[in-house]
Amino acid sequence: MVAYPGVVADDLFKALADPTRRTILDELAEKSGQTLFEICSRLSMKHQLGISRQGVSQHLAVLEAAGLVETRREGRYKFHDLNTAPLRHIAERWPVRDTPGPEKSTP
Amino acid sequence: MKIHLTSVFVDDQAKAERFYTEILGFVKKHDVPLGETDRWLTVVSRDEPGGVELLLEPAGHPAVKPYRDALVQDGIPLAQFAVDDVQAEYDRLRGLGVLFTQEPLEMGPVTTAVFDDTCGNLIQIATVPK
Repeated sequence: MVAYPGVVADDLFKALADPTRRTILDELAEKSGQTLFEICSRLSMKHQLGISRQGVSQHLAVLEAAGLVETRREGRYKFHDLNTAPLRHIAERWPVRDTPGPEKSTP
Repeated sequence: MKIHLTSVFVDDQAKAERFYTEILGFVKKHDVPLGETDRWLTVVSRDEPGGVELLLEPAGHPAVKPYRDALVQDGIPLAQFAVDDVQAEYDRLRGLGVLFTQEPLEMGPVTTAVFDDTCGNLIQIATVPK
């Protein structure tokens, strides 16, 4: 997905730009390995998001293209897992400094 | 108008009879031979012998397989049964080797879980808010 360090695929930012997709990631962070049915249930029951199953499928496809969601077939079922590895590219591009900058310590 | 019967398609009626009575705990109500191999096979809840019957219907029609395969792949249950305590029922069924595609999930007043009935369907159990 990423050709060389420092470059972050547009797909990743596009995937993160949508609040529904971020909610899907939150739910998968709570529990990885969900069927489409469970993801739809969580969005409608916990978050009162009235999105069609097709709409959720489309969001999942965008997340999958960005590498944030991976699908896995187990027997007759398909499960969705969270993969946060692509987020590391963001931190690598704009590293978080451990020591506060001088302007921060100035009152 | 009243709902007195609903049905799920099952791959194998003998296997379904065992699963729905021995594992789930339903009671057989009707068992009438139909043709050479099929049966009119219904079960009812142990607590409500006069209640809604569930028909365990042969899945021979060619449309059944693609229909159920598509639903099962997405984890969509074909029927829902009410239980007093989803977590307790989940533990009991897991102990009997039943496979769940969705563990107990609490969503406000409703808790649900989804399992495989070994006859080609996913079934949801839910606590009904009182």
